[in-house]
Amino acid sequence: MGKPALKRTPLYETHVALDGRLVEFGGWEMPVLYTSIVKEHHAVRDAAGLFDISHMGEFLFEGPDAKKFLNKLLTNDLSRLEPGQGQYSLLCQDNGGVIDDLYAYRLGETRYLLVVNASRVEVDWMWIRAQRNTRYKSLELEMTDASGDHAAMALQGPTSAAILEGLFLSAVDLEKNRIAELEFGGAPIWISRTGYTGEDGFELITTNDHAVALWEKLTALGQALGLVPAGLGARDTLRTEAGYSLYGHELTSDTTPIEAGLGWAVADHKIGFIGKDTFIAQKQDGVSRKCIGFRMTGKSAPPRERYLIFAGDDSGREIGEVTSGTQSPSLGCGIGLGYVETAYAKSGTPIEIEIRNRRFPAEVVRRPIFRKPD
Amino acid sequence: MSDIPTDLKYASSHEWVRVEGDTAVIGISDHAQQELTDLAFIELPEVGAALSAGDACGVVESVKTASDLYAPVSGEVTEINDALESEPGTVNEDPYGDGWFYRIRLSNADEIEDLLTPEDYAEQVNI
Repeated sequence: MGKPALKRTPLYETHVALDGRLVEFGGWEMPVLYTSIVKEHHAVRDAAGLFDISHMGEFLFEGPDAKKFLNKLLTNDLSRLEPGQGQYSLLCQDNGGVIDDLYAYRLGETRYLLVVNASRVEVDWMWIRAQRNTRYKSLELEMTDASGDHAAMALQGPTSAAILEGLFLSAVDLEKNRIAELEFGGAPIWISRTGYTGEDGFELITTNDHAVALWEKLTALGQALGLVPAGLGARDTLRTEAGYSLYGHELTSDTTPIEAGLGWAVADHKIGFIGKDTFIAQKQDGVSRKCIGFRMTGKSAPPRERYLIFAGDDSGREIGEVTSGTQSPSLGCGIGLGYVETAYAKSGTPIEIEIRNRRFPAEVVRRPIFRKPD
Repeated sequence: MSDIPTDLKYASSHEWVRVEGDTAVIGISDHAQQELTDLAFIELPEVGAALSAGDACGVVESVKTASDLYAPVSGEVTEINDALESEPGTVNEDPYGDGWFYRIRLSNADEIEDLLTPEDYAEQVNI
């Protein structure tokens, strides 16, 4: 018996034609790079990159109680959203452990879209359905897992708006975290001004059968504006520099949003939502460990996930663990994210990372770890 | 396709060996640099280190992963390519030239015969 076959996005043939290097990611066969992670990374910082993110999931909710239902399940407050607006939010267990992090959009008066992590689609949907069928049985709403029918891509980088303008004149007026429902090739398309790179950019969601045409159109428009196809490798270095959490690394069912430094996405004024007791207690009493960003301060190999973190003071105690680490193409040094005892989480705190049985100096830094000079 | 010069010997762990008299220059193959992608950090053995064939003697790290470097032959390290410390990307650009790793004084020249020929190595990497 072999492993189950990997899923492929509607852009699979496009990646093969572009000579992309395909790897397994969350059950999907995805391009990790086309030419070089570093080149694709710089293209996104300096011009633009186009990423296939069709593996991500899309859930739709509609009905008079859709908002009420989602506000019970999610940490952020959906009632703050006008139609056409989105927000970062978290889906948590009763004990506050994170099931997934996601973007929630209000598409219309009573219509909502959640965009969730590829590796969490099934788990999220099972959890959401279970809540719907038990605690919130009487609420009036319809919900659909539309993940299988939709392809998505992220157009990221400073020239993104100029590229997209050639296709959707109105999209460039979108403000950050806004979403527009437009039409592409006769099919509906959602375009949001969001991303996972720390740059300006857009995420576009369309039906599977329009994915290749959209990719080709954007590629053609981007040719004169420095656009390159970019893989998951660059997506990871870019998000690490931006200090964004990745599920399975900074976020797991054993971490809470408060520990992860995502308390700003927990609306504790909301009445009775899943995980609230834990969040309130942790906000009041504090937490024993916190997620940090850090950078290596001397010459060293890049930090990696699961490397141990030690105090940089005289105690030299073990204080935590790296959850994401890489060489930062923008900074030219090792950077990472990790969890440490709260006393060591302040920016500027000296720490040490153990790399192959030797300790190397590093420093806690505020996120984003890399910020473009003004 | 990767470049496999015909005047070199290879280890199955993807190092190349160029014999020059009683010493040999060692680096990693074009195939290896392509697989690793953008190199970010290289830790070489120290000058004077005595290596036995098969020893893990250093580390190469790309943006994405870390891999051990193995000694393809036994001997004493006589010279290392210091320039790689600040410019590890040289290995991606010129794996058989400026991207060389270190020179070793061979303590057992017979080991050269145990290495892969360019043909054998090509067969290994093309599977």
